Amino acid sequence: MEARNSQLAAGNWQRVPGVVLDIRRRTGVLLLVVVVGQLVLISAQVQSKSGMPVFQAVTFGAFARVQGGTSGALHGVRDFWGNYFWLRGVRGENETLRRQVAELEVRLQEQRALASRSTKLQELLKLQTTAALPTMAADVIAGNPNPGMLTIIIGRGSADGVLTNMAVVSPAGVVGRVVGAPAAHAARVQLLIDRNAAAGALTERTRAGGMIVGVDKDPPLSMDLVSNLADVKAGDTIIASGVDGIYPKGFTIGRVESSERGAGLYRAIAVRPSVDFSSLEEVLVVLVPPRSATPEEPAPSPAGAAGTVK
Amino acid sequence: MRTAAVLAAIAVALVLQTTLAGMSLGGSTRVNLVLVAVVYAALAFGPVTGMLAGTAGGLAQDAIAGGLVGIGGLSKTVVGFLVGVLGAQFIVSTPVPRFLMFVGASVAHEVCFQALSALTESRGFRMQYADAAIQALANGAVGIVAFLLVERGPRHAAAGQLATLVEPQKVLDTRL
Repeated sequence: MEARNSQLAAGNWQRVPGVVLDIRRRTGVLLLVVVVGQLVLISAQVQSKSGMPVFQAVTFGAFARVQGGTSGALHGVRDFWGNYFWLRGVRGENETLRRQVAELEVRLQEQRALASRSTKLQELLKLQTTAALPTMAADVIAGNPNPGMLTIIIGRGSADGVLTNMAVVSPAGVVGRVVGAPAAHAARVQLLIDRNAAAGALTERTRAGGMIVGVDKDPPLSMDLVSNLADVKAGDTIIASGVDGIYPKGFTIGRVESSERGAGLYRAIAVRPSVDFSSLEEVLVVLVPPRSATPEEPAPSPAGAAGTVK
Repeated sequence: MRTAAVLAAIAVALVLQTTLAGMSLGGSTRVNLVLVAVVYAALAFGPVTGMLAGTAGGLAQDAIAGGLVGIGGLSKTVVGFLVGVLGAQFIVSTPVPRFLMFVGASVAHEVCFQALSALTESRGFRMQYADAAIQALANGAVGIVAFLLVERGPRHAAAGQLATLVEPQKVLDTRL
């Protein structure tokens, strides 16, 4: 027994009698099994078109709890420091004012969008009234664990009424959309600057329609499918067109940084997002269930449905 | 005990990774702590542990990230195994070889990850070389610090203190 233990401690597994299942002796087989298993896993997902895999849903739900706790603890420490060591009264007041400003900026964007459409709406709909968008504030509890993929996790989920494909905005403009099935108290948001994200868009000045897509360069957005004949200049504001049925029409997406005549039919337009994605702490989920794309505006293409994941 | 330690390290790395990513979004997260944990496990415990750590860490990372589950897992499995094998063949007990291992593993992981992404997304292979290089260097730096912290941590300090206490006694015994 002593000899066996000493051999085990020394790492001589192969020489120990009685160790029937020694994975160290079957490293190659183990590697093969693990690799093939994961290839099968990937293949199953690539072919699947419906819903989130169970493994993913369970892991995400469980991890969201842990991350929510970590984020809460972090915020707790930060709040404790802020409230007791850093201008207690002013801090609270500032927080309230910031929330009010954020809400007002959202309202301002809605009003601006309404104003720009007022002439057309008056003609077509004769002073149609539009209700304010219902939104819900959500904390960003985590970023993406894979560097290079641009998603965030927010601390609101299905229990709060969050649904897949709901738009997520900030006072500065469009942030992204909810992807995957939300957990009870967390949801994953694909940022608009992700390379797999897209949204229907138009220029505020000339109403030239197109599709905003995330690109792997600076600036991180590109407006595709805009005709070479369209009048788009640097400095133009890009807003959501609403044709995708996800992002509310009129919300700011960004500003044109450069607009050049393309080699084919379409212009090459680089867009700087209006949202500072490097400092997202709180976002607003638009609590309007996503609808299918409507022919309200000329749709750029069937692929223009926002945030199609390739 | 070893399994628990490796799993705990991966879990901590995952939480830290998402917390860091939450603080600095916009693609500016330059370090992959889960990969660092996998490479560390491979260097410290060998190819099997590295491979299994890569599988566990990669799958968990994929599941939380929301993309295809298995791409990161497969990449980290292969990298964990290769690092473990190379670590057993060469002397990697000093900072420079370890740093090179971390950097090489990061590059290999990125190539593997992007190639699998390209295959599954039916698109051409594309890689941000500058970002990959920065991430590899950052992973290397974090990995070296991790090794230093573990090797020169509390256990090492305690052993050192014990040695200072024992040595005079030994000298005294030999003289007597």
